Amino acid sequence: MIIDTPEVQDINSFSRFEFLKETYGIIWTLIPIFTPVLGITIGVLVIVWLEREISAGIQQRIGPEYAGPLGVLQALADGSKLLFKENIFPARGETLLFSIGPSIAVISILVSYSVVPFSSHLVLVDLNIGVFLWIAISSIAPIGLLMSGYGSNNKYSFLGGLRAAAQSISYEIPLTLCVLSISLLSNSSSTVDIVEAQSKYGFWGWNLWRQPIGFIIFLISSLAECERLPFDLPEAEEELVAGYQTEYSGIKFGLFYVASYLNLLVSSLFVTVLYLGGWNISIPYIFVFDFFEINKTYGVFEPTISMFITLAKTYLFLFIPITTRWTLPRLRMDQLLNLGWKFLLPISLGNLLLTTSSQLFSL
Amino acid sequence: MFLLYEYDIFWAFLIISSVIPIFAFVISGVLAPISKRPEKLSSYESGIEPMGDAWLQFRICYYMFALVFVVFDVETVFLYPWAMSFDVLGVSVFIEALIFVLILIVGSIYAWRKGALEWS
Repeated sequence: MIIDTPEVQDINSFSRFEFLKETYGIIWTLIPIFTPVLGITIGVLVIVWLEREISAGIQQRIGPEYAGPLGVLQALADGSKLLFKENIFPARGETLLFSIGPSIAVISILVSYSVVPFSSHLVLVDLNIGVFLWIAISSIAPIGLLMSGYGSNNKYSFLGGLRAAAQSISYEIPLTLCVLSISLLSNSSSTVDIVEAQSKYGFWGWNLWRQPIGFIIFLISSLAECERLPFDLPEAEEELVAGYQTEYSGIKFGLFYVASYLNLLVSSLFVTVLYLGGWNISIPYIFVFDFFEINKTYGVFEPTISMFITLAKTYLFLFIPITTRWTLPRLRMDQLLNLGWKFLLPISLGNLLLTTSSQLFSL
Repeated sequence: MFLLYEYDIFWAFLIISSVIPIFAFVISGVLAPISKRPEKLSSYESGIEPMGDAWLQFRICYYMFALVFVVFDVETVFLYPWAMSFDVLGVSVFIEALIFVLILIVGSIYAWRKGALEWS
């Protein structure tokens, strides 16, 4: 009996080839996703370090200095310490809600990074509803906070969770209306289109100059959405021990910590994209244009420069929230809600109508 | 019919970001020590024994704000398609959108006057 071995081998190698191709395809789709995850993690570590160093500078302390050169690795050391800490579940709490809460907070904020453009092609998904997706997803995070506040079975946590939800829904609407004005100016909700609409006229083409009121409202509301200090009522130390985080320990507390810094980074990135011209170098009449023309053939240089510019703008902007933290005192709950509903909401509606009218004249 | 192939990478990213907390829980579950004591597991209430249940009644204001929020959120969702094709639609649709916004402004003034936006 003769077995036609070459044929069998052919089939084998073919099937293996198919299998390889499939694996290769999967890996090829996963690499561009894992790279941003890694980048985001590093970005968060940088923010934590920046915040600690700037805070130390403001308060005339030294700040982290032992872990690595200039204390760069301090955040990493803190995170790995939290991994080794015991996970305590409060005896009377809801274990399921208690664990799902921080996960939802982290996931919903991480997912909103998928629409942030770092360069004209360096964006995970260029959806035509880009910013809208961000707004929709970022409003899932308060559900996680509410769940963790409820699941802790602690009065402080419960009140903190309620406050977090009330605060983020109050400031969601001014934020959405500001983004609406921006997408009206650029006739698109895609983040890439919004940046490209600002690329003309260099520095003066930024939406910051066309939407000064919107920029200020966006700044205030994004501070409130991140629960940064003038608006950190959900975790006000003097009243509610640590708000919804009171019962958390170990890595679950770490997830909340990461979520708050992820939120800060993403809102700063969106300020860059929506108001500060994104990846454009934004200095008109300078050699850069010729410089780019020469180097366009290489294909790697331009995305790198674009990403560098985006990140530089983002981290420079981050100085504002961090210094605000040590400058302004905390608001009261009624002041917070009054500011949101009776001041920012009418002004952002007025800003929208003003933008619409000015666009109408330019039609 | 919707063609959602654009969202493939989005779904993959969603799955990967959901794996991250699970991964963190697993690592911490392996590494972290476990020692249960009744005092440690009781909920924190400034160092004394917790009194009563924590799921207590809370202010009605939270519900009022949530209701007003839903109204305005739905409004902005309706305004987005209009804003994205503003240059195509022109003046007549602008007037319609203005009427829509004005109705909501009247509604918010009503809510304001009725005290739905008051905290005290």
